[in-house]
Amino acid sequence: MEEVRIGIYICHCGKNIAGVINPKRIVEHLSRLPNVVVAKEYLYMCSSPGQSLIEEDIKEYNLNRIIVAACSPRMHEPTFQSALIRAGLNPYLLEMVNIREHATWVHERDPAETEQKVIGLIRAAVHRAINLYPLEVERLPVVKSVLVVGGGIAGIRASLDLAKAGYKVYLVEKNQSIGGKMAQLDKTFPTLDCSQCILTPMMVDVSNNPNIILQTYSVVEEINGRPGEFEVKVRQKARYVDWDACTGCGTCVEKCPARVPSEFDEGLGTRKAIYFDFPQAIPRRPVIDPDHCLYLIKGVCRVCEKFCPTGAIKFEDEDQFLTLKVGAIVVATGYQLYDMRKMYEYGYGKYRNVITGMQLERLSSANGPTSGRITTIEIERGKIKPGKEPETVAIILCAGSRDENHIKYCCRIGCMAGLKHAYYIAHALPNSKIIICYTDIRAFGKGFEEFYQRIRSLPNVFMVRGRPMEIFENKDGSLILDVFDSNTNRRLTINADLVVLETALVPPQGFEEFRKILKISCDPGGFGLELHPKLKPVETTVDGIYLAGFIQGPKDIPDTVAHAGAAAAAASAFLAKGYIESIPYLAHVDEDICSGCGVCVSVCPYDAITIEVTDGRRLAKVNSVKCKGCGACAAACPSGAMQQHYFTDKQILSEVSALAEGVVA
Amino acid sequence: MAKAKIALYWCASCGGCEEAIVDLAEKILDVVDKADIVFWPVALDFKKSDVENYPDKYIDVCFINGAIRFSEHEEMAKLLRRKSKMVIAFGSCSHLGGIPGLANLWNKETIFRYVYHEAPTVVNKEGIEPQEKVKEDGMELELPSFWNTVRALDQVIEVDYYIPGCAPTPKIIEDAINAIFTGQLPEKGSVLASQQALCAECPLNETKPEKITLTEIKRVHQIILDHEKCYLTQGVLCLGPVTRGGCDSLCIKGGMPCTGCFGPLDQTIDQGARAASFITSIIEYEDEELIEKVVNDIVDPIGWFYRYSLPKSILKRRNMEVKKK
Ligand SMILES: Cc1cc2nc3c(=O)[nH]c(=O)nc-3n(C[C@H](O)[C@H](O)[C@H](O)COP(=O)(O)OP(=O)(O)OC[C@H]3O[C@@H](n4cnc5c(N)ncnc54)[C@H](O)[C@@H]3O)c2cc1C
Ligand code: SF4
Ligand code: SF4
Ligand code: SF4
Repeated sequence: MEEVRIGIYICHCGKNIAGVINPKRIVEHLSRLPNVVVAKEYLYMCSSPGQSLIEEDIKEYNLNRIIVAACSPRMHEPTFQSALIRAGLNPYLLEMVNIREHATWVHERDPAETEQKVIGLIRAAVHRAINLYPLEVERLPVVKSVLVVGGGIAGIRASLDLAKAGYKVYLVEKNQSIGGKMAQLDKTFPTLDCSQCILTPMMVDVSNNPNIILQTYSVVEEINGRPGEFEVKVRQKARYVDWDACTGCGTCVEKCPARVPSEFDEGLGTRKAIYFDFPQAIPRRPVIDPDHCLYLIKGVCRVCEKFCPTGAIKFEDEDQFLTLKVGAIVVATGYQLYDMRKMYEYGYGKYRNVITGMQLERLSSANGPTSGRITTIEIERGKIKPGKEPETVAIILCAGSRDENHIKYCCRIGCMAGLKHAYYIAHALPNSKIIICYTDIRAFGKGFEEFYQRIRSLPNVFMVRGRPMEIFENKDGSLILDVFDSNTNRRLTINADLVVLETALVPPQGFEEFRKILKISCDPGGFGLELHPKLKPVETTVDGIYLAGFIQGPKDIPDTVAHAGAAAAAASAFLAKGYIESIPYLAHVDEDICSGCGVCVSVCPYDAITIEVTDGRRLAKVNSVKCKGCGACAAACPSGAMQQHYFTDKQILSEVSALAEGVVA
Repeated sequence: MAKAKIALYWCASCGGCEEAIVDLAEKILDVVDKADIVFWPVALDFKKSDVENYPDKYIDVCFINGAIRFSEHEEMAKLLRRKSKMVIAFGSCSHLGGIPGLANLWNKETIFRYVYHEAPTVVNKEGIEPQEKVKEDGMELELPSFWNTVRALDQVIEVDYYIPGCAPTPKIIEDAINAIFTGQLPEKGSVLASQQALCAECPLNETKPEKITLTEIKRVHQIILDHEKCYLTQGVLCLGPVTRGGCDSLCIKGGMPCTGCFGPLDQTIDQGARAASFITSIIEYEDEELIEKVVNDIVDPIGWFYRYSLPKSILKRRNMEVKKK
C-alpha cells in the first residue's frame, strides 16, 4: 500500500479561532502525530492564498491526505475538495475538523482547555485520514421535466418560470382550480391592488403555456426513483365530467338543484354539487362533488346530464392513476387557517358574528357572497344570510399566533391583513368605527410602515394594545369584548357588531403525510424545512426537491413570489447540465459476511435495500441509485457486513479510539 | 508419526464444556487414537506438578475452558501457555468471559457480602468469609485470591484459536479437531466457526417479512411461539442476527431464540452494543410513547445483550467507585 502522507492546515478564521487558541503552538504538537508530513497555519484558509498553500504543498511534499482544521464542513468542505481536485488528488481524501463551532466558539472562556480539545480533535482526524480511501462519483442522467405541487401563486410562478426555461412542467393541484388563497383575497396589502386582477392573467398564462400540463383535482400518492429521475404516482380524483368533451359552458352548474356551502367563500355563500371553485376558475371544467350530488347519493336527479349540450357528464367515472417521470419537484402547497374553534374564548363557530380575516376577504370581494357588501351575519332557518351594515367592527390580531397554547410563531401576515381589513371597512362604510386590538404592529416589509401610518391615521380607526381575554355574545348577535389596553393601562369593554380574527396560519391539511412521501424534514411549526436557514432557503434535505412559498414558512405574496422564483431557478440549475453526480458515500454489503437477516431492509428510509436469494442464500443488495447515504443500515447491521463509504466502522472507530487515547482497540 | 500430546483444563466454568467433550462419545476414541492426553484433571489423574515437570512447548494442543476468576486460573493458564505449542480457548467463558463475566457488574466485596451474608438461603451467624490464608491445627492453608474482575482467557495469555459456544456444539468441536489434526487451520486468532451470523443458516430466516418492526418485545414465557416463523418477527429478542453462526441453529430447532453464545463476528468489537443498536433500530418509531413502552419491555438489557461477552466488551465491567461531588 502507498505510504500515507498527511498535510494539516489550521485556519485562524480571523479572530474566530486564533482569538481563542494559538495556532502556531498547535502546529508544533502536530508533527509528532503519525504520518504527518507538514503542518501549517494561515489567517484564512478558504481564501485564494490559503487554497493555493494546500495545492502547492500537495505537489511539493507529495501529500495524499489533507486535513483542514477550520469551520464546519457544511460551510467549506466543497471549497477545499476543489483545491484537492486542482492538485490532482481525489476529493474524498480530505478530512475537515470543525475547530470553530466545536471548539473556539463554544469554549471561548477557557483557552487552555480549548487547545487541548483542538489537539484531540485533530489527532482523531489524523487516524481517520489514514483510513480514508479514494471514492468515485458517477454521472446519472436526469429527466428534463419538473413536478410542481400546489397551484397557488407560488406554484403558478414557479411553473411559469420553469416553462420559460424550457422544462416540461406538471402542475398538480388538489382543488378543481388553481389560484390558491390569493384568489380568495379582495385586495392585497400594502399597495391595495386588486388580487384577482393581478392573479387571473397569470392563471390564464398557465393554461395557455404549451410546456405546462395542468393536472388539477389531483394529489400525489407516491414518489419513487431518485433525484433527477423521480417516478410520481398521481391520483386524479373522479370528476364525473369528461373534461375533453366539456366546453365549460356552465349550463350544468346553473341547473344543478343541490346547494352546498362554498369552500371558496369560506362557508359564507353556497355552490352547487357540480361546480367550479369560483367563476374565474382555471381550468374552466367543472367537477361533481360526490358527497352532495343527489344522483350519486340518492339515485335521483341527473339534471346536469340532461342539460349538458356535449354529453360530458360521466357518472360512472372513477379515480384514475397516472405516473409522471420528472427530474425535480417543487413543493408549493401553501397553508391553511388555524382552526379558530380551538380558541373557545373567542366563540368562533358559536357566535355568528365572529369571523376570520379570510371570511372578511370574501365579504369584501366583488365576486363574493354579498357581491362586496360588508355586513353582519344572520342565520335564518339554518342558512347563513347577510345582515345589516356593522357600525362597530373589532379586528383582533395574533388570534392564535404567538400563543403558548396555540401556535408559537408569528404568522407574518395578520398585522398587515388586519390593517388592510380596517381599510376595507373604513372605505366601504365611512361612518363605521373600527377598533384594532393588536399585540405589536410588525410592519417590517417594503411599504409596510407607510401603510400602517396611513391606516392608523384614518379618523375612524382606533388602536388598542391588547389581546381580548374573552368575547361574549348579546341576544341580537352583537358582541362584547373584554380587553386590557396596555397603552392606557385600562381594562376596556368594547361593543362590536362584527369581530374579525386575524388567525394563525398553519401548514395545509395533509402536509404531514405528504412530507413523508417526499421524505423531507419539517420545522417545529410543521412547515417544510429548508436545507440552510440563510444560504439554502429553497433546497431541502432531498436533492431535487425544492420548497416554494408559504409551505416553507409564513410569507406574504411578494416574498412568496420571490421564493417561488428562487425555487424554480434552483430546480432548473439542478437539471440544466443534463446529469447529476451521484453521492459517493453510499452503503455497500460485504457478501461474505451478510447473513440476510433483513435488519438493514427494515431500517432504510429510502427503500434502497432488498434481500435477494442467490443459490439459496439470502443477501442484502443496495440499490446505489436509491441510496442516499444516510448510514442507518450501516449502524443497524448486526454483523458488520453493511458499511458506508467514507464512514466505515474502521474509519469511525479509529477516530473514536484516537480521541479516547487507545481505550478502544 | 508420533501421537500428538493434548491437554484439557478448566477455569471458572460450569462443567458443561467438559461434558461436551465427553458427549463426543465414540468420537473421543478417534481422538485418543491420534493423540495422547497428557493432562485432563476432570477425567484423568494428573497433577499440576506433572505439567510443571514437562519441558516447555511439550504439549501440542491445549484446550482451556472457563473464565479467569481466581489467581489460580491465571497461574494455570500461564503455566499451560508456557508448556503448549497451541492454546485454544474452548467455550464462551474462555472465549468472551461468558456467564461468570456478568459478575463484572459487581466486585469481590459486593459479591461476598451477598453470597456469604445477604442471600436468603444463607445462615452465617458468625459472619465467616473465605480467607486466602487460614491456620488450622498449626497448618497453614492457602486459597486462591478472588479477583474483582472476571476476564476472558486472551486477557491473561495469548490464545491461538477459539472454539465458541456455551457449550461448543458437537459438530463445531469435531470440525475444529479435524482442522487441527489435518493442519487446515485458518489464520491465527480465528474463531473456528462460521464467518456469518446465525440467520444465514437458520431455517426460519426465509420466513421473515420484507421489513421487521417491533411494536412489542416479549420474553419466551410471555408468548406461545410459532416455530414456523422467525422468532425476532414475533417480538422475541433473538440474537441470531448479531451472533456468529456454526451452531447448526440448535437452539432455534429446539424452539428457543438465540441468546448469543457464539459471540460476535470478526467485524464487531462489542456484541452487546451491536445487539442493542440493531434491536433499537427496528423498533417502531412513529409514536414516542410506544418507543418508550417497547424499550421498557427489554428487561435486564445487560443480561440479555451481554450475556456471554461483558468482560470482552468495550466497557469490560461496571465502575464501582461512587463519585462524590
Ligand atoms: C386573510 C389573509 C389575507 C392576506 N392578504 C394578503 C395581502 O393582502 N397581501 C399579501 O401579500 N399576502 C396576503 N396574504 C398571504 C397570502 O395569502 C399568501 O402569501 C399566499 O397565498 C401564499 O401563496 P402560496 O402559493 O404559497 O400558498 P397558497 O395560496 O395556499 O396555495 C397553495 C395551493 O396548493 C394547493 N395544495 C395544498 N396541498 C396540496 C396537495 N397536497 N396537493 C396538491 N395541491 C395542494 C392548495 O389547494 C392551493 O391551491 C393573506 C393571507 C390571509 C390569510
Ligand atoms: S443487516 Fe447486515 S447482515 Fe443483515 S441483511 Fe443487512 S447487510 Fe446482511
Ligand atoms: S445508507 Fe443504507 S439506510 Fe441509508 S439510504 Fe443508503 S441503503 Fe438506505
Ligand atoms: S432472527 Fe433468530 S429466528 Fe430469526 S432468522 Fe435470525 S436466527 Fe433465525
